[in-house]
Amino acid sequence: MPSAIRIRDVRKRYGALQALDGVSLAIEPGEIFGLLGPNGAGKTTLISVVAGLARADSGSVEVMGADVVGEYRRARRMLGVVPQELVFDPFFTVREALELQSGYFGIRKNAGWIDEIMHNLDLTTKADANMRSLSGGMKRRVLVAQALVHKPPVIVLDEPTAGVDVELRQSLWKFVRSLNREGHTIVLTTHYLEEAELLCSRIAMLKAGRVVALDSTKNLLENFSGLYLKLRLDRQELPVDFFREIVSRDGDLYTLKLADFAELEGVLARLREGGIAIIEFEVQPPDLEEVFMRIMNRSE
Amino acid sequence: MTSFLTLFYKELLRFWKVAFQTVAAPILTSLMYLLIFAHALEGRVTVYENVGYSAFLVPGLVMMSVLQNAFANSSSSLIQSKVTGNVVFMLLPPISYLEFFSAYVLAAVARGLVVGAGVLAVTVWFVDLPVRAPVWVLAFALLGSAILGAMGLIAGIWADKFDQLAAFQNFVIMPLTFLSGVFYSIHSLPPFWQSLSHLNPFFYMIDGFRYGFFGASDVAPATSLTVVGVSFGVLSLITLAMLRTGYKLRH
Repeated sequence: MPSAIRIRDVRKRYGALQALDGVSLAIEPGEIFGLLGPNGAGKTTLISVVAGLARADSGSVEVMGADVVGEYRRARRMLGVVPQELVFDPFFTVREALELQSGYFGIRKNAGWIDEIMHNLDLTTKADANMRSLSGGMKRRVLVAQALVHKPPVIVLDEPTAGVDVELRQSLWKFVRSLNREGHTIVLTTHYLEEAELLCSRIAMLKAGRVVALDSTKNLLENFSGLYLKLRLDRQELPVDFFREIVSRDGDLYTLKLADFAELEGVLARLREGGIAIIEFEVQPPDLEEVFMRIMNRSE
Repeated sequence: MTSFLTLFYKELLRFWKVAFQTVAAPILTSLMYLLIFAHALEGRVTVYENVGYSAFLVPGLVMMSVLQNAFANSSSSLIQSKVTGNVVFMLLPPISYLEFFSAYVLAAVARGLVVGAGVLAVTVWFVDLPVRAPVWVLAFALLGSAILGAMGLIAGIWADKFDQLAAFQNFVIMPLTFLSGVFYSIHSLPPFWQSLSHLNPFFYMIDGFRYGFFGASDVAPATSLTVVGVSFGVLSLITLAMLRTGYKLRH
């Protein structure tokens, strides 16, 4: 079975900017794959190349085995893209927009499926409303619906929850998970690391057009297995020999950084030897944000 | 085929939903031209034997409306889609560049013909207009609107902003239409301007179209048809090449 998306050494330059600098990665069927990176890292450019909205200077991209240039018709039928910008055609109603999108993909009679998507995205009551009259959140749902009209096996969501309220974010996450359960491969770009940690089974981190990390979310978190120890003590000052571990201090609340749980015992022993009593104690495992920051700094 | 039909239908729906602005308004404008110019010039200008100035003017006005509206349809539709970003809905699906071209050009032809028929319907009451060769009328209307539809696509692809499109319209389309003999016969012009007019493809569209009504024209209709046909061929190739390479549409 071919990869859902296979990207081979893709390069793309816009004037002086090398937007993509030799990106290679493969996304397998059934994954929820996260594409992370700071602004300008090349996430949207990469998605544009996959979707045929931009052409790579070199390298190749396949969607379910179909080359996005040579076999663009097959490749595009396999792919549903939810664009980042909140775009819409002000001339049409929700239903018209979905029927037109369906027709562009060569599907003539699609009313049943369109009704089902509208139902799943809570758009049924707005079916005959003009696109202009919808709120931002509703327009975002229509964009998701438009990406699904042709039942693509691979769905790409470019920052789907940017500027979206908490409620819609939660319902979009739920919807993405249910699409994934039904067998769709999902590719997600996001600024919200929490979102990636929650949803994605694997993650690629991009920086300046290069892949700087590519692993399962679990491995990424484990490889950066440092942990934080928060301590409130019975006295104001920690002895000098703790300075190496201190990350921050807020009054009598210290945050210490440890390499792993094994170091914890040593710290507690040293405190005991110094006759320092602990009033409050909390251990925090690393989150994706920490991993992200460390990878981004490491690849300066 | 479904992709093409859908895009064509969408383009028809787009102008039909705002028909007051896209159809009724240009018809009213043409009627104004007829009333004003006919009032000022009737009886003072004779172009062909036994053809009054108003009658001479009507086919010119009809063709001018056909051309301008065909251009307006494809160009404004595309620039709006580009500026608002919804062009992405047409770029993501597997629509071939040939389907894209045909849908936009045919919708432009449809708008041109609807407006042209409307102008004819309201102006024909004021004049005695023969139709000597209807096939020529139709041939020039179809080819002329297709040419302007293709030009509209070129302008819409090229322009990044509405004012660039307006510049194209004001500095290219308007001079070419007004200097094509809509309001006069080029035989009334000094020799230099006459030969210059022969370089303007719009002149052949108007002259050939007019031949269909009066059976008389400044140049032979077959010559006009050849010029217009070749112009359409060349412009189509340019537009198709732009679409194939994704010029300004796919980065």
